[in-house]
Amino acid sequence: MTYIAKPGLRHPTLQKNALCLTRRDYEGKISTLCAGCGHDSISAAIIQACWELNIEPHRVAKLSGIGCSSKTPDYFLGQSHGFNTVHGRMPSVLTGANLANRELLYMGVSGDGDSASIGMGQFIHAMRRGVNMVYIVENNGVYGLTKGQFSATADQGSVSKKGVVNADSSIDLIGIALQLGATYVARSFSGDKKQLVPLIKGAILHQGPAFLDVISPCVAFNNHAGSTKSYEYVREHNDAVNRMDVIPERSEIEVDFDAGQTVEVAQHDGSILRLHKLEDDYDPCDRIAARNYIGQHHARGEVVTGLLYVDPEPADLHSHLGTIAEPLNRLGASELSPGQAALDKINARLR
Amino acid sequence: MRAITASNDFVIKFANVNGSGSASANELFAKSILRMGVPVSPRNIFPSNIQGLPTWYEVRVTEQGWIGRRGGVDFMVAMNPQTWDADLKEIEPGGYLFYDSSKPMPKSRFREEVNVIGMPLTTICNATYSDPRQRQLFKNIMYVGAIAHLLGMEIEVIETLIGEQYKAKAKLLDANVNALHLGRDHAREHLAPIGLRVQRADNVGDRIFIDGNSAAALGCVYGGATVCAWYPITPSSSLAEAFQSYCQKLRVDPVTGKNRFAIIQAEDEIASIGIVTGAGWNGARAFTTTSGPGVSLMNEFIGLAYFAEIPVTIIDVQRGGPSTGMPTRTQQSDLVAAAYASHGDTKHVMLLPEDPHECFEFSAQALDLADRLQTPVFVMTDLDIGMNQRLCEPFRWDDARVYDRGKVMSAEELEAGRDFGRYKDVDGDGIPYRTYPGTHPTKGSYFTRGTSRDPYARYSERGPDYIYNMERLLKKWDTAKALVPQPVFRAARSNASFGAIHFGSTSPAMAEAIATLETHDLHLDTLRLRAFPFPESVRQFVLSHEQVFVIEQNRDAQLRSLLINEFDLDPARIVPILHYDGTPITARFIVRAIRERMRGVNMGAHVAEIPA
Repeated sequence: MTYIAKPGLRHPTLQKNALCLTRRDYEGKISTLCAGCGHDSISAAIIQACWELNIEPHRVAKLSGIGCSSKTPDYFLGQSHGFNTVHGRMPSVLTGANLANRELLYMGVSGDGDSASIGMGQFIHAMRRGVNMVYIVENNGVYGLTKGQFSATADQGSVSKKGVVNADSSIDLIGIALQLGATYVARSFSGDKKQLVPLIKGAILHQGPAFLDVISPCVAFNNHAGSTKSYEYVREHNDAVNRMDVIPERSEIEVDFDAGQTVEVAQHDGSILRLHKLEDDYDPCDRIAARNYIGQHHARGEVVTGLLYVDPEPADLHSHLGTIAEPLNRLGASELSPGQAALDKINARLR
Repeated sequence: MRAITASNDFVIKFANVNGSGSASANELFAKSILRMGVPVSPRNIFPSNIQGLPTWYEVRVTEQGWIGRRGGVDFMVAMNPQTWDADLKEIEPGGYLFYDSSKPMPKSRFREEVNVIGMPLTTICNATYSDPRQRQLFKNIMYVGAIAHLLGMEIEVIETLIGEQYKAKAKLLDANVNALHLGRDHAREHLAPIGLRVQRADNVGDRIFIDGNSAAALGCVYGGATVCAWYPITPSSSLAEAFQSYCQKLRVDPVTGKNRFAIIQAEDEIASIGIVTGAGWNGARAFTTTSGPGVSLMNEFIGLAYFAEIPVTIIDVQRGGPSTGMPTRTQQSDLVAAAYASHGDTKHVMLLPEDPHECFEFSAQALDLADRLQTPVFVMTDLDIGMNQRLCEPFRWDDARVYDRGKVMSAEELEAGRDFGRYKDVDGDGIPYRTYPGTHPTKGSYFTRGTSRDPYARYSERGPDYIYNMERLLKKWDTAKALVPQPVFRAARSNASFGAIHFGSTSPAMAEAIATLETHDLHLDTLRLRAFPFPESVRQFVLSHEQVFVIEQNRDAQLRSLLINEFDLDPARIVPILHYDGTPITARFIVRAIRERMRGVNMGAHVAEIPA
């Protein structure tokens, strides 16, 4: 949350995408987060993903709750409308915004305090309703802005910077998202841009509720020995089940993996998610198996990452509600008011 | 024994057991009287329960058209043994008691000054029907037939109504008409005539008969609401359900069969208001409906919507508070909670409808005002209006009416280089311009937040920026005063030094009370408030009278507090008259309260001797 705009200078040799925009055109204001914060890497990954996919920045609505992570929408996509809502309630505001205009891309950014504690209810219900969105939790297991309290995703037995051991069970947002019907579920690590950018791209192209849990170490309060959300711990325990390439519709397909090791998932919009298997027995289209796999590996202290589940034919809230294709916010009195003649009939029935 | 005689002017009350199917039979009875051209005013008095507890349906038959609750009962239909004693007590001396005489009752269970009419309903039903549910349901229709005969009602009118209700179900139609005839025939053969009559009149006119919740829902349809998010709570749930049902009839695209609306039953009231806030931010007309406990939960969002300037419409169907209070009883006790909802300095627009007609109008208007003022707008109705059918003026809609979407800057205006400051007052009315997300590739985007910012929506904690914003919000508040529905003034027949202020569902009881007071040569000017903020005319009304009574249905004189607070008025000249036991206020109560107070002060030459 800052008032400092970045200088408008652009180097003439910067690479441009199909919209003739450079990565700089996808940036926002200067971050005020701590140097080395994982969240800034995620912002950079979002910028990269949007640029690569030729997303028109103003066709994105970025929403967040309250907290360090929720500040970040100010730091990317400066030409998008943003909404920093109230703590833990971004999912409902995003749901309403999505209902008003189904044509925009909705990006919700939240944190582990925002989504797993105060906003757990809203997180859950947005998933079960199937809101078409990219929902990113920047997960560091700790409250940063209030200086280092445990959050609900902190692993049981992990140790705070002050030496307190967390006795409470942790909430695994991935498991919950899988249970409640999210149709694109991925986990990644802010320190692994190569993995993260394609996962964000896949989520953007996915036409249903896409959830990304991104472990994002807090350099100020949760990057010490004893933490399970530190750079060191996640690097050592990262169990990536696959690597992904996102091939948008009409793109030329280049083969760079061994055929036997690759699975392709065609999404409804025509894009293809090409997954390079790192674990032979992992099937990203099996929701129940995914839950088992993640649970077993979590019990061993491993952090399973990659595209964990995808439903190539997702439904979304608008299809459940049967709303018209035209955005509701564009309708006027002629489309919405049934008129005096209909009212006369109603009056007659009430006599 | 004395027997009350009255034509087209009495109160009949049905005491039933919740879930016994009595509601539709009782409503049939009330509507039949309406169809005979005689105004009625029915009220459901029900517990927070689905089945088994006592429930009452009170019908005031009033040729003169006084549709407030009268108080007292002339004819009691005592179908609930649980409440027998209390029901009996309520009957006016000379009144009538109608009961099921299938089982003999000792004489001690009756009252001497009450006329008893026994009919062996259970015996007749058991002899006629074998199915237990039928025995129960048709018992209700049967007593309607008997009472209709006793009151001299036109049985064909009831038959027509049954015919309309069961148009497509011939079997049910015949069965109901048969039960009606069984009741009528028994009464004709076995029961003595009584002194109460319903006689055909012509006093209903083109008025309609509807509950306020349905009316408000229809107002939201006509007013262009496309997003509704709600959480079930008595007494507002039927509003959201009515919106759903009207939308399915009136808002489905004829070509594609797709919906021009989106309704979410949210997980709680916080999510409801969140969804409405998101939709309002993104340019859709959105509303939520709730009651007091829901408003309490919504407070944080209401503050955000106020400060971030997002159109939000909240329909509060008030019930008895505090806490869970009396969920199925009526009050006007959320005024202060709504007017100043949320932390920090906040004030919110409230519209105060008096009946279903205004529920329709104000709900549609609230959507316009929310867009125009970019702020939360409350429609403060209550259980008495919301869940009871009321006779009111028919709904009207001007087909030439366009929605007022307020100050929204378009892509063309932005492209033409028009300066856009999201929180900048450019017109001097305190209302800034906004843009919808997705409008223009490089111009007009901004970051919405609940924290302070400068006129260009840039984050700022600078004192002058904060003050500019808060003062501008006050200017907007002043602008609102001229845009909201203005108060309705009614002058006393002769020069009056006393005034009375009232609002909402108190209105019919107030009108009747004023008429009664006039017969005692007590004269008051009245002002019916229809919105908050109050326009200057309200202050003038108070200052131009020696004393002003403020009549409201809560304990703490909340409207009075708002008047004193907003206008810095001398509390001594504003006298509270408060009714808050959960039942709707009556004319009798108001007359008594005002007479007592006027008796104690020097009322000047125009006040005559007051009979005791």
